[in-house]
Amino acid sequence: MHNSKTVEITVGIFIVIGAAALFMLAMQVSNLSNATGGDGYSVTARFENIGGLKVRSPVSVAGVRVGRVANIGFDNTTYEAVVTMEISGQYNTLPTDTSASIFTAGLLGEQYVSLEPGGEEKFLVEGGDLRLTQSAIVLEQVIGQFLYSQAEGDGK
Amino acid sequence: MLNVLQRIGQKGLQFFQRVGRGHLFFFQLINSIPSVIPRPALLIQQLFSVGVLSFLIILVSGLFVGMVLGLQGYNTLVDFGAEQSLGIVVALSLVRELGPVVSALLFAGRAGSALTAEIGLMKSTEQLSGMEMMAVDPMKRVIAPRFLAGFISMPILAAIFSAMGVIGGYFVGVGLLGVDEGAYWSQMQAKVDFMEDVMNGVIKSIVFGIVVSWIALYEGYDAIPTSEGVGRATTRTVVHSALAVLGLDFVLTALMFN
Repeated sequence: MHNSKTVEITVGIFIVIGAAALFMLAMQVSNLSNATGGDGYSVTARFENIGGLKVRSPVSVAGVRVGRVANIGFDNTTYEAVVTMEISGQYNTLPTDTSASIFTAGLLGEQYVSLEPGGEEKFLVEGGDLRLTQSAIVLEQVIGQFLYSQAEGDGK
Repeated sequence: MLNVLQRIGQKGLQFFQRVGRGHLFFFQLINSIPSVIPRPALLIQQLFSVGVLSFLIILVSGLFVGMVLGLQGYNTLVDFGAEQSLGIVVALSLVRELGPVVSALLFAGRAGSALTAEIGLMKSTEQLSGMEMMAVDPMKRVIAPRFLAGFISMPILAAIFSAMGVIGGYFVGVGLLGVDEGAYWSQMQAKVDFMEDVMNGVIKSIVFGIVVSWIALYEGYDAIPTSEGVGRATTRTVVHSALAVLGLDFVLTALMFN
């Protein structure tokens, strides 16, 4: 049998490697390293249709990821989807008339919220509301409209 | 006819007695865990034989499972032009499923069977009754440190397995097949959630660690004290652990990622 010092040292190495593996899973594999901490602020936007948007979907400005979707709710009176977005604290100079649209990354990719800054001089703060929104494009609707216009064109 | 019924009844009773003894054993085990704390040397010795000695097989299997995932995932994804998502496929399947499950199966084969054989042999050579005669509770002196060692080692081994798998997938995907390195890591980071995916994997591996060590120790403790009985107990450990791990994995997955 090994003497007790070697045993203790190898057990120590084993535990350290285990902790390092978990640390690597946390930092390198999962998104813990770029999670938005408590320093962010949240804004809401109302959409007629959010398509396949999900909680944790990215929020980007000019293609740069600035935050994520924190919550998706439904307004019982206006029948609109209420999307709460959490934006990192370092991007605190978005104008109040920023508009939000839901786009798809690639043809089959996931959906994300794209923010388009406006010209106002006041900046969005915690609890702000985005008035100008553009719903997700639902592929079936687009195809439906296309077929409809084709059929109309044939009738003439 | 009556003989057949009698045999069925006998088997049924034996089965439920075993299950009952197993649970009593578990409660006794939980009760004797606090007595390990003042004697950490016992635990360290067991951590060495249960954890450190399983380290190499976990390391190598993790690397190869990751490499296979990289290869197979790439072949499927490239048809959709989505080979950039290889990192997600490799990382998610490892941290959610393969890491905890495969390392638990390997753990049952490598450490569980050794535990059963060791305890079974102690029983058949009457070391356990000898201890009792010297007023040393074998539950506290022998069983509890081994259980605790399995409980601690299993999540560590699963984390090492997953980390090695991700690195193996990186070698094959980025090094061999030419997936973009940035895309491999960034897509992975964007999709793998620490609490949802990594921590649930850790919870799974803790549950598997408890179950596999419990089964292994119980089979050893309950073995018929002959060489044949110990052999049979060792086989049962591996079979029952594998079944329990796979069955529990389904239940846990349904609860965690429904």
